[in-house]
Amino acid sequence: MSGEAVAVRDLVKHYGRVEAVRGLSFTIAPGECFGLLGPNGAGKTTTVEILEGLLPATSGDAVVLGRRWGRDDHEIRERLGVCLQQTVLSEKLQVGETVSLFRAFYREGRHPEEVVEEVGLREKRGARVGTLSGGQKQRLAVACALVGDPELLFLDEPTTGLDPQSRRQVWDIVNGFKRRGRTVVLTTHYMDEAERLCDRIAVVDHGQIIAEGTPRELIRTLGGDHVVEIALEDGAPGELRPEDLADLPAVRSVHAEAGRLLLTVTEPHLALPPLLDRVSARGFALAGLSTRHASLEDVFVSLTGRHLRDE
Amino acid sequence: MSDRTRLRAFFALCLARLRESYREPEVLFWGFVFPVLLSAALAVAFRDRPPEASRAIVLARPGSEPVARALAASRLVKVETAGEEEAARALRMGRADVVVVPPAAPARPVEYRLDPSRPEAGIARARVDDALQRAAGRADPVGTRDVATSEPGGRYVDFLVPGLVGMNLMSAGMWGVGFVLVDMRIKKLLRRLLATPMRPADFLAAQMVTREVFTVVEVGFLFGFAHLALGVPVRGSVTAVFALALLGSLCFAGLGLLVACRARKIETVNGLMNVLMLPMFVGSGVFFSVERFPQAVQPVLRALPLTSLIDALRAVVLEGADLASQWPRLVLLTAWGGVSFAVGLRLFRWS
Repeated sequence: MSGEAVAVRDLVKHYGRVEAVRGLSFTIAPGECFGLLGPNGAGKTTTVEILEGLLPATSGDAVVLGRRWGRDDHEIRERLGVCLQQTVLSEKLQVGETVSLFRAFYREGRHPEEVVEEVGLREKRGARVGTLSGGQKQRLAVACALVGDPELLFLDEPTTGLDPQSRRQVWDIVNGFKRRGRTVVLTTHYMDEAERLCDRIAVVDHGQIIAEGTPRELIRTLGGDHVVEIALEDGAPGELRPEDLADLPAVRSVHAEAGRLLLTVTEPHLALPPLLDRVSARGFALAGLSTRHASLEDVFVSLTGRHLRDE
Repeated sequence: MSDRTRLRAFFALCLARLRESYREPEVLFWGFVFPVLLSAALAVAFRDRPPEASRAIVLARPGSEPVARALAASRLVKVETAGEEEAARALRMGRADVVVVPPAAPARPVEYRLDPSRPEAGIARARVDDALQRAAGRADPVGTRDVATSEPGGRYVDFLVPGLVGMNLMSAGMWGVGFVLVDMRIKKLLRRLLATPMRPADFLAAQMVTREVFTVVEVGFLFGFAHLALGVPVRGSVTAVFALALLGSLCFAGLGLLVACRARKIETVNGLMNVLMLPMFVGSGVFFSVERFPQAVQPVLRALPLTSLIDALRAVVLEGADLASQWPRLVLLTAWGGVSFAVGLRLFRWS
């Protein structure tokens, strides 16, 4: 048996004429948290649902925990935890009853109360699911995925639509699971989520992987760790184009976006003084300037020219 | 999965479904309150009551006084006195069944004004005439005596209760299984369950078994109520009644599964349910006997599962028949349920 938790080669999925997944290949090591990062409709959910055994692939090969769907389905399911995108659990059942129901499906697993405690719903144990907030419902969905004590956990957009505090709670639960040496596959269109949780990321767009690596590696492909953003006062003579700034020291790339200019720089303290000189020498005045660390969002923009959440 | 895990999963699914059901106020209403209200309302509407009095108007004129007095003495006539114009209007509007015109002079005939096309008018004329003739001293040459024949088991309400129980088993079985499955499909809960080691067939079986538990409670409650409050007799064996109800309920749960096997919208399943249930509401003899339909459509109506269930229930409850005598109906119910379940399972869509 191979040592990989998941191994995918040339995975393709067509829905009629639509090609949702167009030849994905990746491997995930045990204990790794692997993220599929991309905009809505990139093919992330389709890929994950093939790996979960819920959809058949059109072609390609997917090995999950050393086994293949169609032959060892039952054995794989015993070892998987699944959190679908927006599952609505039965509103009439209580929190504890719901987790116990899921526990009953698995040969081996964890004590429901322990899992309820772990996701921070101990006080809500006797509450009907229908009375929970969005964040509590999502944590319950994660609890249902954890109660079978899975080796491999799938989380499809686990924090979409949640408030910041609920998102952090979900992240804490996932980090706890990782600390026990288990494997996680996560899809998200939030770059902060991918940066915070994932050991390795595949950036997916139009059904293909366009970049893959650790968050640091991906950001390093930009050439610099920092982004300087400037906005100009109106009524200036002519136009300041990205090319006009590309030759400045420590600047790796420049592009224009929504009336502003974004510069990727290695060291801001070397880039800023000549930048200010250049702007005023050309007869422009600054309306605003900010610097920040480069993010995966910048990586996506530099790869595709679009934002993750343009849709 | 070991058999033990499988069994545990099955019971957990049944328990979850039971909890969902009894926590749903609608289930309690349609299963218990509604049939009781309906049979109570119908029992009141069709209760045994004294014959309704005929309404007569005596035209106000000299000599009307003794006529009105003679009529007022009769239990079967309600009498009023009114002027020419008002009497004519009351007759026209159906407020009076007959208008009595006292003779203008002694020895002249009494005049009855009535609309002969109305059945009440004929009855009213006979009663009024009878009362007036007796008051005038007529003696009947032959003695007569009335005996009432309405006894438990032969009343409309006795006919109705097994029909209502059958109808209830049909709606509860089809809605209880079909609607729930489509709802779970829409919420992606079916898909979520499929991602666990749970056996799909066990899940569907749990839905049907849970229906059976409710059937026992509902049927016991409804026949209990009908027996205690309305005096409906149960002449056959109670075991046979429950066995029939369980078979009928399984049959309709199978139909519910079939209706719900592909639908992805509540509207779709609603429509399909109505298409299937409406002919049975009307044609399966819930409220009146199937024999009232034209001869030509009767074989079709007899082939419907609800007709078989209700006919068998009536035979057992009202006539004391045993189950063996009902075998063609039992076979028909089993066939409907079995085929629907098999086809529904085969076509079932989990997402």
